[in-house]
Amino acid sequence: MSLIREIDYGTPASKAEKAVTLTIDGVEVTVPEGTSLMRAAMDAGVQVPKLCATDMMDAFGSCRLCVVEIEGRNGTPASCTTPVAAGMKVSTQTERLKKIRKGVMELYISDHPLDCLTCAANGDCELQDMAGAVGLREVRYGYEGENHLGKAKDVSNPYFQFDPSKCIVCSRCVRACNEVQGTFALTVEGRGFDSIISAGTGSDDFFSSECVSCGACVQACPTATLEEKSVIEIGTPEHSVVTTCAYCGVGCSFKTEMRGEELVRMVPYKDGKANRGHSCVKGRFALGYATHKDRILNPMIRDHHTQPWREVSWEEAMSFTAAKIKDIQAKYGKGAMGGISSSRCTNEEVFLVQKLVRAGFGNNNIDTCARVCHSPTGYGLNSTFGTSAGTQDFDSVEDTDVVLVIGANPTDGHPVFASRMKKRLRGKPGQPGARLIVVDPRRIDLVKTPHVKADHHLALKPGTNVAMLTALAHVVVTEGLVNESFVRERCEWDEFQEWAAFVAEDRHSPEAVESVTGVPAEEVRKAARLYATGGNAAIYYGLGVTEHSQGSTSVIAIANLAMATGNIGRRGVGVNPLRGQNNVQGSCDMGSFPHELPGYRHISVDAVRETFEDLWGVKLDKEPGLRIPNMFDAAVEGTFKGLYCQGEDILQSDPDTKHVSAGLAALELLIVHDLFLNETANYATVFLPGSSFLEKNGTFTNAERRINRVRKVMSPKNGYEDWQVTQLLAQAIGMDMNYSHPAEIMAEIAATTPSFANVTYDLLDEKGSVQWPCNDEHPEGSPIMHVDSFMRGKGKFIMTEYVATDERTGPRFPLLLTTGRILSQYNVGAQTRRTGNVVWHDQDLLEIHPHDAEQRGVRDGDWVKLQSRAGETSIRAKITDRVAPGVVYTTFHHPMTQANVITTDFSDWATNCPEYKVTAVQISPSNGPTEWQEDYRELTMESRRIMPAEAAE
Amino acid sequence: MERDKLVYMANQIAKFFESAKEGARSKGVADHINKFWEPRMRTQLFERVDGGRTDGMHPLVLEAMGAIRRPETPGGAPNRDDPSLA
Repeated sequence: MSLIREIDYGTPASKAEKAVTLTIDGVEVTVPEGTSLMRAAMDAGVQVPKLCATDMMDAFGSCRLCVVEIEGRNGTPASCTTPVAAGMKVSTQTERLKKIRKGVMELYISDHPLDCLTCAANGDCELQDMAGAVGLREVRYGYEGENHLGKAKDVSNPYFQFDPSKCIVCSRCVRACNEVQGTFALTVEGRGFDSIISAGTGSDDFFSSECVSCGACVQACPTATLEEKSVIEIGTPEHSVVTTCAYCGVGCSFKTEMRGEELVRMVPYKDGKANRGHSCVKGRFALGYATHKDRILNPMIRDHHTQPWREVSWEEAMSFTAAKIKDIQAKYGKGAMGGISSSRCTNEEVFLVQKLVRAGFGNNNIDTCARVCHSPTGYGLNSTFGTSAGTQDFDSVEDTDVVLVIGANPTDGHPVFASRMKKRLRGKPGQPGARLIVVDPRRIDLVKTPHVKADHHLALKPGTNVAMLTALAHVVVTEGLVNESFVRERCEWDEFQEWAAFVAEDRHSPEAVESVTGVPAEEVRKAARLYATGGNAAIYYGLGVTEHSQGSTSVIAIANLAMATGNIGRRGVGVNPLRGQNNVQGSCDMGSFPHELPGYRHISVDAVRETFEDLWGVKLDKEPGLRIPNMFDAAVEGTFKGLYCQGEDILQSDPDTKHVSAGLAALELLIVHDLFLNETANYATVFLPGSSFLEKNGTFTNAERRINRVRKVMSPKNGYEDWQVTQLLAQAIGMDMNYSHPAEIMAEIAATTPSFANVTYDLLDEKGSVQWPCNDEHPEGSPIMHVDSFMRGKGKFIMTEYVATDERTGPRFPLLLTTGRILSQYNVGAQTRRTGNVVWHDQDLLEIHPHDAEQRGVRDGDWVKLQSRAGETSIRAKITDRVAPGVVYTTFHHPMTQANVITTDFSDWATNCPEYKVTAVQISPSNGPTEWQEDYRELTMESRRIMPAEAAE
Repeated sequence: MERDKLVYMANQIAKFFESAKEGARSKGVADHINKFWEPRMRTQLFERVDGGRTDGMHPLVLEAMGAIRRPETPGGAPNRDDPSLA
């Protein structure tokens, strides 16, 4: 194994189709028009010395190191900023060039500390490399002159430091922040010799500035000026392995850079097709949880959840668990057991959990946390298009002219894709940026961010998405903006006509629904016109669409809108659900829903069941199983008694905590399989320690249906990869399950699931990744779906009547609470709370409009009591006009806040996806945590007691 | 939260299919419940309707009942004859 180093071509690739042929150092090379000489040289195998250029950003031309000579032209142009021309004859190494370069390097080094041996970047420093490349042997100026040495380091960021003494002011960091990340937090302050890199304003350091700690600047820095603290502490890595991030649904590819079994750093992989070399603060830096002292490494059991835990061997844990399962099924029936698979685990692992439940428990009580996030996407896109998945790849955004974001906050939830989207929104010289429509109750960052401003922000009232989307459709239909040729050719025409007549009714007009949505009708009309006529229009949506009583209806309405305007089936358009967890798409694909076998095929279809029955040698139940909320109901009723919960913290993440805890407490067996004693484990009787994504092999499938490899870089600290743990459990209950590698599980998935038919680990290694469907029809996968026809044949329009949620404000609960995410934290925070990321967000805060705060006598930072019909909690207030009057907002990353004590059990009509996004609440000043929070703290302490294993004799 | 969850859920489904075209409404409700409701949920629904406790039920739900599959054995009940439990 060695360190993977991608080639740096110096400047980005040109997309031009016309080819140009020239000669570089006597070698003929043909490249696309618009390519720089530097890049063309690299193509010809010649590396021109460079410092300020890197192919992640546009050429800058400041370091004067990459100069070349061109026959027939005067001077020594910079090869990074000079485009190729037909017939050019270029020399990259002449006496004149050598002299210039040596002179430039001599100046750089005269103002650079000569501490290479003790420098963290020793061996990984482009400045060092260039000094070598140009043959620098002496610095005639000496080192005593005016210089920048000895300046104070900025160590305010938890993950990297800024050492201005080592800076050569090449501006790569500034440009990375601007062009790649799109935050514009860095600048060059001062002029000439006084130029220094500065984060934010003069009084800022990196931490207090706008910096989002994505790491792009650190990666771009050619010296040790911006350096990971982990490298400073450990040293440079010696080998690396490409793997996939285990945070959000973007699914970034990273090089895991290692020294032995120690992780040195994660570096975004340039060939990763989801992220194209970019990263965010979570995937790049927030890895400390994987080796955190809180990790539980031994199995534990107890007879009742009120007892302390007892550490036991794997054998004892498995025989204890298997006996309980048998006992429960004998006493209460087969249907009394069930499982929840994790959307953080690999495809292979979730496939095994559903197999364990269907073939081992003998029922279909298998669900996944997608239930509480994107199950309406499954229902809605399946009904209209014929399959449950986003229609595009992420690259598609580069060809989009109008971006419509609804119920998603990409800069916090899907930061790397947000950076790619912002790049398209900003545009570049000669290519104006895409237009932007944001539909969201909150003024999310995307509405106004450097060089991006939404054309329309439809700040609707929470819970009125369907009214809004139907009103947009009304405008499209009544103003004659339908793409009729697309609809006639690709969709069910009769159903379209019925739908068109329905949305055209006056009651669906923007004017008629203004009182419901709170958005001025004219603004809605303008947005609809822009979406329908602005060119390639793409919809990106998130949980703000799905987590409602009408979540599925909203997804259908989105699909209707895209079909009616012909925005499906090519690059730049489409319907794109932004998935929450890393493998939400995959866990849904792998048959984690109680009514579906892998590949979204209903359990009642005999032929589908037979495929699996033949392979597994058991009869499968043809009835759909319980969904997560139904499991809690059945547990409270006493017919559901045992649950295997893999890598999810349902107690913290699911709504109406009191109901969930009542359900969990009523179970006789709760198996929690996790890295940590999470909140759910308070009620567990078996704890099976899990492995981190660094410790296992497998695949994740991201929001663009991309199947990415996860590769093991260290041994599981708990002894087993998670698929092995599930296999042990399956064996303990008598199943014949003997996989020796996840590749064998993938082979079984491919053999049974048509959309995965050609997926193999060999293919993934060869291509890097593929997007399903990947079969004989699409041997290399499918970047764009529904190209010639929809998966279901003809696209189906479905009526979307707005039905107001029954969760309404009134005199007792006059405000609407909506919930969301923050950049530095992930989901329930089990991982990110155990990393340096807590410095950005150490507690959940309640955002409240100044008007509502003043009425209630609440000041910024005050404790407030937050009450709903379901419960109450307390939380600190943050006063901001980001939320509209009447709306409050919080996150649910911290267990002590218990935001889900407040959320209700209202759910989507079709899928039972909870209505997290709308809860009627009241707030009042408070002195601190509520009694419930205090009690809960006590219960947690009590339930986490562990008795160590008795010493072996 | 002391409302009848099951009836509430059935009514929510009915409300969605209200806007479907005539003739497809109660069929839509029945298909949806057949596809997504676990047998014990359907059993509870039948128990209610069979027992005449149909207060507050959406007419489309009642209309759909004939096309909703009656579970053979309720999912939660013990089935001691099952050889896999031996």
